[in-house]
Amino acid sequence: MIRFSSTQLWVHDQAEALDFYTKKLGWEVTSDITIAEMGNFRWLAVAPAGQPDVAVVLMAIPPAPVMDAATAEQVRDLMGKGYAGTLFLTTEDCVAEVERLKTRGVEFIDEPEERPYGIDAGFHDPSGNHLRLAQLRQF
Amino acid sequence: MTASPPALLPAPVPPARHLLRARDLADTRYTEPISVDDMARAAGLSRAHFSAEFRRTFGETPHAYLLTRRLERAASLLRATEYSVAAICMEVGWASVGSFTTSFRRCFGVTPTGYRASFPPAKDLARIPGCVLQAYGRPQNRTFREDDAAAPARPSGQFRQPKEDTR
Repeated sequence: MIRFSSTQLWVHDQAEALDFYTKKLGWEVTSDITIAEMGNFRWLAVAPAGQPDVAVVLMAIPPAPVMDAATAEQVRDLMGKGYAGTLFLTTEDCVAEVERLKTRGVEFIDEPEERPYGIDAGFHDPSGNHLRLAQLRQF
Repeated sequence: MTASPPALLPAPVPPARHLLRARDLADTRYTEPISVDDMARAAGLSRAHFSAEFRRTFGETPHAYLLTRRLERAASLLRATEYSVAAICMEVGWASVGSFTTSFRRCFGVTPTGYRASFPPAKDLARIPGCVLQAYGRPQNRTFREDDAAAPARPSGQFRQPKEDTR
């Protein structure tokens, strides 16, 4: 059996992303390691509280030669436009969570809306990554 | 907190839901200087009544729950990061390193520093896959003489190992 473990998001600033995912979203750091001998490569992973077996790795866009400058620019461009990737999150109470996140300064691009599958809202992280927050209907 | 649309939450709220709200507060905002008073407020109960009800429902006092929640996070950060003890202390909602260390030792039997030392370095526990280590670990010197030659074949296996997964 294959299980889901973790996924990776590009971020334009790891410190800013860390602040957003922990202080605003309320997630926890599951790994934060900087390796000096690898050009201070920082492996930074966060996860929702109570879900220690999954994680999102917040990855800085690497310098050359790991990624060439033109590609890095393309990634930054896509990320800034909101096309780099989406995280789909669920919650028991979408409206209440959206209110809570708004008090912490999260700007929503989609207010909670009724969908056939439940209530769904959307926002961006500081890098432009898209996050959906859904309260799923029990069928 | 506004109520959700009735279509999705038709049933009346069970009494323990208020206590869960208090526990959720401890779970989600333990990094802030919240206290049992704040938890009681989240449940909408008086402090004394709240503590008794919480204990009856969850089997431990709200103070113990909040404390162990913070200590568990501190222990996790000591194992999984290279943050200083002082930074971790603040990160999990303590105001002073002294009282943090005292509570930590009472719970785990060792100081935070001793606890960290009893585990492999965080670097060794991080699930950094081989492909990342290889990409970032490549020598950055780009002035090898063979750059001028016509695309020399790399020794197979030296730069790429096909089945690398360190998890």
